[in-house]
Amino acid sequence: MSVFKDSGHLFRLAALYAVGTLTFLGIRAFFVPRSFGQYGHYRGAAIAEIAAHPVHYAGHQACETCHADVQEMKRSGMHAQVNCEACHGPLAKHADDPSIQPAKLDTAVLCVRCHAASAARPKGFPQVAAVDHSNGLPCETCHQPHNPAIGAGGAK
Amino acid sequence: MTTGVEGYMYPNEITLYWSVLIVLYPYITGLVAGAFILASLERVFRVDAVKPTYRLALLTALAFLLVAPLPLQLHLGHPERSLEMYFTPHRTSAMAMFGFVYLWYLMAVLTVEIWLDYRRDIVVMAQSSSGLKRWIYRVLTLGSNNINERALAIDERVGWLITLIGIPSAFLLHGYVGFIFGSIKANPWWSSPLMPVVFIFSAMVSGIAAVMLLYMLIMRLRREKIDMLCVDTIARYLFYIFIVDFSLEMLDLVHRIYEADESFRTLNFMVHTKLYFSQIVLQIFVGTLTPILLLALTQVLKLPEIARKRIYTVAGCLTLIGIFAMRWNVVIGGQLFSKSFLGYTTYKMALATREGLLMSIALTLLPLFILWVLVKLLPPWPEKVQAEIPATTAAN
Repeated sequence: MSVFKDSGHLFRLAALYAVGTLTFLGIRAFFVPRSFGQYGHYRGAAIAEIAAHPVHYAGHQACETCHADVQEMKRSGMHAQVNCEACHGPLAKHADDPSIQPAKLDTAVLCVRCHAASAARPKGFPQVAAVDHSNGLPCETCHQPHNPAIGAGGAK
Repeated sequence: MTTGVEGYMYPNEITLYWSVLIVLYPYITGLVAGAFILASLERVFRVDAVKPTYRLALLTALAFLLVAPLPLQLHLGHPERSLEMYFTPHRTSAMAMFGFVYLWYLMAVLTVEIWLDYRRDIVVMAQSSSGLKRWIYRVLTLGSNNINERALAIDERVGWLITLIGIPSAFLLHGYVGFIFGSIKANPWWSSPLMPVVFIFSAMVSGIAAVMLLYMLIMRLRREKIDMLCVDTIARYLFYIFIVDFSLEMLDLVHRIYEADESFRTLNFMVHTKLYFSQIVLQIFVGTLTPILLLALTQVLKLPEIARKRIYTVAGCLTLIGIFAMRWNVVIGGQLFSKSFLGYTTYKMALATREGLLMSIALTLLPLFILWVLVKLLPPWPEKVQAEIPATTAAN
C-alpha cells in the first residue's frame, strides 16, 4: 500500500514518541518509591520514618511530676492553660535527665511574641506596645510569668 | 520589616511571594499562544496574506515555549523536583495538571507541526549541508527521505489537523493561566470568571504584535522588502482582536464598579494610588488606547507605506508594553492589598538576585536567542531552501 509507504515517516515519529513514553515509564518506575500512594498522595513509608523520629517534647504531665509548685502557681492565673513547653521549648532531654538544664528565658523577647500590640489579636487579649510599656525591661521585673496578673498571688 | 506597609496587613501579606518572574511567566506563555494563533490564521483559516510569517510565528512560539517554565523553576527553586509533577501527578491540582498541558502543547502540537512543515526542507538540507549541521538534519529526518508529492500531501493534511487541535490547545495553555488566577476565590482582584477569557485575548494581542515586530525587524536586518500586504493584514487582525480584548477588560471593570462589593473601595483606592502608573497610565492609556487609535488610523486613512511601517512599529512596541503592564497589574496588584481591606504593602523588585530585574531581562532575551538559533537551523524563508534542492531529490 503506497499510503503506508508514503506515511512511513509518520510511523517513525509515532515510534519515537512510543520509545520516549516507554523510557519515561521506565524512569518513573525507578524513581517513584514503592510505597507511594499506599495511603494517599504521599510515600506510605514516610509515616513509619516520621514515627521513628526521637521525641523532643516531654508533655506537661512530666513537668508537673517535679515542678508541682509551679503547677500550683499557674492554676489560678491566666496562663493556666498554657503548656510549659509553649514558653520553655521542647524539654524531653531535661525530663529524662534533670541534670541537663534548659536555657534561661529572656522574658523581654519571649512575652511579646504573644502580647505585642496587634490589630489582628482579639480586643480582650492583653497586649502592649513593649517600648512604651516597659522601656525594654524584662517583663518578669513586674510580672511573674506563671501567674502574670499584678496583684495575683504569684505576682512580684 | 514593615517598610512600605500602610494601614494593617496580616503578617503573611507583608512580603510579596509572587515576584516579577510570575509576571513574566504569563507574559511568555501569552506570546506563545498568540504567535500560534497567528500561524493558524494561515493554516486553518486560509488567510494567505499572512503566509510570510507562518513559519516565523511557529518558531517564535517554540522559542518562547521552551523558556516558559524557567521563571517558575527559578521562582520555586529545585528545578529537579519539577519532574515529580509528571512522575506522581496530582489530579486535583490545577497547577500540577498544567505540566501536562505544557507537555501536550510542546510535544503533540508545536514540535509535530514544525517538523511536518519543515520535513521537506530538513531532507533537502540533510543532503546539501555538511559537518555538524548535516548530522543534525539527518537526525531530524528520522531516517526517512521520502518527500515525494504524496508524502508531502499527507504531511499537509496531518499538519492541518494538528493546527486544528493546536488552536484549542493554545487557548487551553493560556486560558489555564487565567483560570489559575480567576479561581483564587480568596482574592477579589483575581477571582473573576472573565479572567481566562481576558488572558486568552490579551495573549493573542501580544503574540500577534510580537511576530509582526519580529518579522519587520528580521526583514530589515536581512535587507529584504517587507511584504506590506502581510503586515497590513496582521495589523488589521491585531486591531480587531485588540478591540475585543479591550472591550472584555472594560466589561470586567464596569462590572466591578457596578457590583461594588466589599472589596471595591480598597481596590479602587489601589488603582488610584499604587497601581495608578502601571494600570491607568501604562496599561490603559499607553499600552491599549494609544495602539488601538494608531491602528485605527491605518484602517481609516490611506497612509503611505513608510508611515504605516512606523505606526505598526510604535503600536506593536506599545502593545507589548501594555500587555506586560496588564500581567504586572494582575500578579503584583493582587498581592498589594490586605484581605482585611485595611492596608497595603509595596513590592520592591530586587536587582541581581534569582528573582530580580537582571534575571527577568535575561529570561526575556533568552527566547530571542533561541529564536535566532532556530531561524539559523530552520530558515523560515522557503525560497532559500528551494534554491538548494539538488536535482536528485527534486526528482525523487
